[in-house]
Amino acid sequence: MDMNQYLSMFIDESNDHLQSLNESMMGLEANPDDLSIVQVIFRSAHTLKGMAATMGFEDLASLTHQMENVLDLVRNSKLRMQDFIFDTLFKSIDALESMVEDIMGGGDGKADVSAIVTSLQAIVRGEVPNAGGAVAEVSKPAVKASDAPVFLDEFQFSVLEQSMQEGHNVLYVEVTIRKDCQLKAVRAYMVFDLLERSGEVIKSFPSVQDIEQEKFDQSFSLYYITQKGASEIQAMILNLSEIEKVTSVALDQESLRQLGQDSVAATAEVPTSAPVISSVSVPSAASSNTSAAREEGGKAAPAKTGGAPSRTIRVDIERLDVLMNLFSELLIDRVRLEQLASEVQNGDLTETVEHMSRVSGDLQNIVMKLRMVPVDTVFNRFPRMVRDLAKSLDKKIDLVVTGAETELDRTVIDEIGDPLVHLLRNAVDHGIESVSDRIAAGKPEMGTINLRAFHSGNHVFIEIEEDGAGIDSQKVLKSAVKKGVITQEQAATMNDEEAHQMLFAAGFSTAEVISDVSGRGVGLDVVKSKISSLGGNVTIYSTLGKGTNFSVQLPLTLSIIAAMLIRLGSEKYAIPLSSIVETGIVKKSQIRTIHGNKMLEFRNKNIPLLSLSRIFSVPDYDESDEEETEIVVVRKGERLVAMAVQDFIGQNEIVIKNLGKYLPDIQGISGATILGDGQVALIIDPNAFIK
Amino acid sequence: MAEDIKVIVFKLGSEEYGIEVEKVQTIERMMPITRVPKTYSFIKGVINLRGVVIPVIDLRGRFGIEEGEHTDQTRVIIVSVNDMEVGFIVDSANDVIDLNRDSIDTPPDVVGGIKAKYLDGVAKIGEDRLLIMLNLAEVLNKGEIVHLESLEG
Repeated sequence: MDMNQYLSMFIDESNDHLQSLNESMMGLEANPDDLSIVQVIFRSAHTLKGMAATMGFEDLASLTHQMENVLDLVRNSKLRMQDFIFDTLFKSIDALESMVEDIMGGGDGKADVSAIVTSLQAIVRGEVPNAGGAVAEVSKPAVKASDAPVFLDEFQFSVLEQSMQEGHNVLYVEVTIRKDCQLKAVRAYMVFDLLERSGEVIKSFPSVQDIEQEKFDQSFSLYYITQKGASEIQAMILNLSEIEKVTSVALDQESLRQLGQDSVAATAEVPTSAPVISSVSVPSAASSNTSAAREEGGKAAPAKTGGAPSRTIRVDIERLDVLMNLFSELLIDRVRLEQLASEVQNGDLTETVEHMSRVSGDLQNIVMKLRMVPVDTVFNRFPRMVRDLAKSLDKKIDLVVTGAETELDRTVIDEIGDPLVHLLRNAVDHGIESVSDRIAAGKPEMGTINLRAFHSGNHVFIEIEEDGAGIDSQKVLKSAVKKGVITQEQAATMNDEEAHQMLFAAGFSTAEVISDVSGRGVGLDVVKSKISSLGGNVTIYSTLGKGTNFSVQLPLTLSIIAAMLIRLGSEKYAIPLSSIVETGIVKKSQIRTIHGNKMLEFRNKNIPLLSLSRIFSVPDYDESDEEETEIVVVRKGERLVAMAVQDFIGQNEIVIKNLGKYLPDIQGISGATILGDGQVALIIDPNAFIK
Repeated sequence: MAEDIKVIVFKLGSEEYGIEVEKVQTIERMMPITRVPKTYSFIKGVINLRGVVIPVIDLRGRFGIEEGEHTDQTRVIIVSVNDMEVGFIVDSANDVIDLNRDSIDTPPDVVGGIKAKYLDGVAKIGEDRLLIMLNLAEVLNKGEIVHLESLEG
């Protein structure tokens, strides 16, 4: 069978499972006794194993298999999660990730994972290198019928309850097989076979599959519905050979309800009644039983993984791009039709075109939404990253993520990951102080990083806020002066906020020794330029001693923008509306020359006036002879620049097209768009004109 | 016996050139070109090819031949090499021929004033017709353009 056609599906799904593994492991680490999370992890690992085996990726399959063995012990409360196991499992997930990455890159997913496999196997054998002496225990199911070591789900519970109401006997049976029994599974099978003849086994512990595979110690227990009496059943089973002991207890409504609903209380007795094997293992078994009971006890809180997943289909991103391209052509035709209709002045035509405009407007919204992806896809790798980083730096950090469902265009999502990683690392590394420093500063030893995303207007904001030491603006300024980024005089006039922005200055981070400003600034200029290239902006708000907030502002989408079309002679250009402050007309007399540069007074400020026609060497236009010149005032941050143009054509929604790979980067031009008449107009990048 | 290849034949001045048909996407009549400022003189600008913006090169300018007026015969050959889509303005393009690879010889040092590195070889067709096979990767090599520009500058 040709597996290639399934490969992309395999990769997608593997990534999903790995993601879920990572998330669940984080969840489990925060809440180590929640066995329901172990179930989720187990299922993911199991599915991954199956998929990998089917696709022939043996190394992947065998590593997941080893993980499964460990997880299996955990979910059956035979092994208590602890740091070493977490670390090993995380390592395993990392290894799996790199294998899948290798497969993505066309490799065969082979990797040497023998070290991890060895540690996993050691864990399964119970050899956990932990000074605490918490050796993996094979704890016997705690036995006493009333203590209810076997938990029923809602369905099983109601079956039992119903059969009781119908006059059947509900028994709790526990069978212990003799130690010297050679074929435990066969004996167990005989017990089941016998029971099935005169009733029905509702639930057994361990599960029937596990019993068949001899995955039980010496005893197993089960819930059983029958017409016969408890003692009768007990005698029947004892008749089989090699059975050491049988306990059979008939349950009544009361005790059943106790099992189902009050299991928390019931299990609280377990520590006292269970055979004490080791002082460490018992509380663990008890508490994990408790949470399992809570989970399965019927009316408990909905499972964490619950909630109907929205029904989705996977779409090849290329197809979506094709759709986008086709749609942008439609948009171009629409603009053309609107032009024609306004020329023709035919009522029916105008009406039709207007209707079409509305429909295509709606269509545009939907097409845009198709490309929207929740930022979750970027955020989801951060908790793990922060955990590892905090651990390696010996800090205590709580990452609080909010607004992960906020959506952004896929093109933005693809690009935004790296800058965010950088900012987060910065926050962990330099923002949050060490535990001792925090205590000295009277703060809780656990630092908090808030990672939040939210919509505001036509933008999405992503903020990374921590309650760390904050930025010392004086130190930053000193360092900036030393590195020649600004002069002493400039530094003297700067307020705190301006000083913080210096961290993004290009020259700031190239210097070698940055540690004197707690290392902030390393590579931040790269972050800034990356975000700027996405049409976004990043700002810092910091209070010394209280913490720092990096706020990243991003456009919703990159491919369609509102723009002002202008004319320079026979040529047309588009200027993104987002950077235009104002348009206007100036008289020649208003233009001054300072140091040979043309300046203009604009709102009590002198701003430079640029000649676009000269910058672009427009062949058939020059504004220098005109008495009155149209200007466009554009902004980059706080700085303003006026650009002289010949005419305004009007405001339009334009589809951004790139200029192709062949053309080199052209200063001042960020792309092109196609106008209603089919002509190509270049898009001006005003940022390039503002230093 | 080497395989036959299909070749698009076009003219620049009196010379005939060939490009393998797989590398050619379409051949268009002359269309409005939007000038792109601050770039090489032989890049005439960009065109709208059914919704895709494509840069257009005057092949005469690229090869250092004097550029001429565009006529009815002028064509834009859209080629795609290494993920780059580029249009070539040529004097005319109206032939597709089959060529045996064996009939392509390595290029002499100078053919029609064009540097040999732009050429894949020269094919002889019939008695006295010579076809110059273009090495598109070299023609579109940007590193070399910079060099060329700096020489000119």
